[in-house]
Amino acid sequence: MMSKFILITGRTAKQGEALHKGKDSDEYRQATGFVEMSRPDRERLGVEEGQRVRVRTAFGEAELELRENDLPEGMIFVPMGPMANALIGSETRGTGMPDSKGLEAEVEPL
Amino acid sequence: MRMENVVCPFCGCLCDDIVVEVEDNRITAVKEVCSSGRSFFLSAHTEARHPTVDGKEVEWPEGIDAAARILTDSACPLIYGLSSTASEAQRKAVALADVLGASIDSTSSVCHGPTTIGIQNQGEPTCTLGEIKHRADLVVFWGCNPAEAHMRHFARYSVSARGKLTPQGRRDRTVVVVDVRPTASSSKADFFLQVRPGSDYEVLTALRALLKDETLDVTDVGGVSVAQLADLLERMKGCRFGVIFFGMGVTQTGGKHLNIAELLALVAELNAHTRFSTMAMRGHGNVAGADCTLTWQTGYPFAINFARGYPQYNPGEFTAVDMLARQEADAALIIASDPISHFPRRAADQLRRIPSIVLDPEVNLTAQEAQVVLPTAVYGVSAAGTAYRMDNVPLPLKRVVDSPQPTDEQVLDWIIERVKTCSA
Repeated sequence: MMSKFILITGRTAKQGEALHKGKDSDEYRQATGFVEMSRPDRERLGVEEGQRVRVRTAFGEAELELRENDLPEGMIFVPMGPMANALIGSETRGTGMPDSKGLEAEVEPL
Repeated sequence: MRMENVVCPFCGCLCDDIVVEVEDNRITAVKEVCSSGRSFFLSAHTEARHPTVDGKEVEWPEGIDAAARILTDSACPLIYGLSSTASEAQRKAVALADVLGASIDSTSSVCHGPTTIGIQNQGEPTCTLGEIKHRADLVVFWGCNPAEAHMRHFARYSVSARGKLTPQGRRDRTVVVVDVRPTASSSKADFFLQVRPGSDYEVLTALRALLKDETLDVTDVGGVSVAQLADLLERMKGCRFGVIFFGMGVTQTGGKHLNIAELLALVAELNAHTRFSTMAMRGHGNVAGADCTLTWQTGYPFAINFARGYPQYNPGEFTAVDMLARQEADAALIIASDPISHFPRRAADQLRRIPSIVLDPEVNLTAQEAQVVLPTAVYGVSAAGTAYRMDNVPLPLKRVVDSPQPTDEQVLDWIIERVKTCSA
């Protein structure tokens, strides 16, 4: 089963802490390798916390660990980092800034 | 040895009250610091390291020579990064771009670049963090999450900080968070307005309309009821000193600089009623300094190209993501940044394909892919320098331990000299 969401990427305290440990450290991979969604969305998708899911946008896809958080229904959050960047396009609409928030995304349980 | 009033260079807060304990030229403890700052100080690389060329250790002259060769062989070199180095090095990077006829861009273009474009269109009613600490009684955080990204901002400047006219700190302030999702910051606010993703422009326009006593013929805008917007506006008009801090939630979403121009227009218009100000939540420790230094060196803050022998400015053309995604840049010098970790995949892939040089104390993902890696000292840890806080106040970074590594400024100087020799 696949479901459509709005993807938001952003900074987290853990990601900020872990980046000093090295971008190839387990700590950084864990801090940037998950996707969050609301409980109703998780239940509707029939996936458990900790399960791996595939997130796909028009620009790429990433396999991430699913976590539950207090998010509006229909929204997913991925911490900024290499996994989030796999999902973001390079079009900047003449500003230099890619659309890193508000992208349409699909989530598929693995 | 205990060193007090050390400036943490990690984020745009530049907290200048850090206590660092040093034994045998090693940092043993960091106090009065957030978890990111502590991790920054304790993980900083200050040991002796050689440059590498194609993965092999070389002496410094050989490393500089290889870097200069890549840059002089390039038809369209890109210099990028700059926001985690000192302003002294940023100045040298501009000089190198001038000598090469290169493009130069900072990480500003993927954080608050749209803010700068918005400010250029609209003007910026702003102030210092000191004024906010002492005077602000209404603080709005729009599309930003300082509880996770600027962890001491609330305590030092904006929420619980006690000032001359805010002696009771948190009790003297009303705190509002506007965001698309509940966050660690919204849980600390008196009011949380949850807007629909991508609707910041509409919500800001609705506030401007209400400020002009227009009647809205809708019941909600962007997921927020008109009654809630009217309540927020009355608080804004009625406060003694208000401020809107804003972040990536407004700059990275559709509309970008137009969202910012609308926010700045609202704040300017509120000044007909009370004192109101605004400030971008700058991420990297000296990203504000990159904007300031590039502006006083070239007239422009980012997205600059020297190909014609004089600086030209054009976001979307000379910005790093665009130059890489369009496969225009054919060589890159990356200073104190990790674009392979933080750029969209298409731009990052191009950076992997072209010859690149990295100046950085850390071996990040970009350095792992670079032909030439020049490991430098850490400003604020093993080198002194200047950084600009998010309110554009410059602060001196201290050297708390010694390191044999040269600074970015020194290395850029060596590259400039070598490039001039190669060109001659």
